[in-house]
Amino acid sequence: MAETILLTAVLISLLSIALILIRFIKGPSILDRVVAFDTAGIIAISLIVLLAHMADRFIYVDVALVYGLLSFIGVLVVARYHERGL
Amino acid sequence: MKIKAAVISVVLGLLFWLGLNTSLENEVLIIGAAVVVLTAVFAVSNPVLKDLKLGPKALAAMIAWLFVFLVELIKSNIDVMFRVISPRVRINPAIVEVKTALKSPAGRMALANSITLTPGTLTVDLVDDKLFIHWIDASSTDVEEATKAIAAKFEKYLEVFLG
Amino acid sequence: MEMAGAILALIGSVIFLLSALGLLRMPDLYNRIQTGTKATTLGTLVLLIGMSLYHPDWAPKLVILMLFILLTNPVSSHVVARAAHYIHQKMTDRTVADALENDEFIEEEIV
Repeated sequence: MAETILLTAVLISLLSIALILIRFIKGPSILDRVVAFDTAGIIAISLIVLLAHMADRFIYVDVALVYGLLSFIGVLVVARYHERGL
Repeated sequence: MKIKAAVISVVLGLLFWLGLNTSLENEVLIIGAAVVVLTAVFAVSNPVLKDLKLGPKALAAMIAWLFVFLVELIKSNIDVMFRVISPRVRINPAIVEVKTALKSPAGRMALANSITLTPGTLTVDLVDDKLFIHWIDASSTDVEEATKAIAAKFEKYLEVFLG
Repeated sequence: MEMAGAILALIGSVIFLLSALGLLRMPDLYNRIQTGTKATTLGTLVLLIGMSLYHPDWAPKLVILMLFILLTNPVSSHVVARAAHYIHQKMTDRTVADALENDEFIEEEIV
């Protein structure tokens, strides 16, 4: 039962990433795309934790940490570049 | 002053390292202690944590702030969710100015971050003691009233332990 | 315990879905940050608390992940909003007031 509910949670998170992709493709300006990327990145962290549960590997949680760090730095760099150049 | 900041950074860093490793073996502890002390030595030239006050009163204020912050986070999230699913998007946005009484940079940073983390208010810029806040449902554009509505509830606790 | 963790994870993913809807429906960038990026913070917190109920031995690392998200999320949304205001991103027509408009501070700060 608990496994089924977790699978539903994974599917709903994937659906929200698909909805965010629409904004990523449509987004009138670059910064709209950056916001969409940031949101999708945070959802991806949770998805990696759920994947770690499904594969039953604790070590995959480290991947979530590193992914969060890298997507955060990516957003910072792009926003900073648009503000005043690197 | 600098020693207090260094001690706080060492304790926080060690807690972080233990959570990251989830083991208490000797080698893990020794390597962690060495790395944490080295990081604290480098970090102490710019001590952000020196404004942190310690003591029972400050600790109580810290817990109270955490509690108020979590309640605000849940409340404003529910509010924003209802805005999103209502048939016509209900928004009344404005950028308003808020004045803060906090003096220390760390306190202002904590205030700006708590304001940003509650959905509905977003810190756009921070200039001296003025915060410019994008408010999704601006009930007033007056400085005093906006300060009362947005910043006062966090400021009350933050000024006890971060000045 | 496992049941409670799974239900919390489901609640978190529903919050994700609502914030994705907000990202699609809101008229301008600032409101998209409000309803999109920041609403996912609570979603992640709830989902990770649920997973640490499910696997109590994973809890320390999941708590670090939660703290990490609580610290980095406001910074990234603040930086994007600041950049947007600096390059004069268009705001929606329903905006009531802009206290930062024509403010010389922002020009001074950037050297």
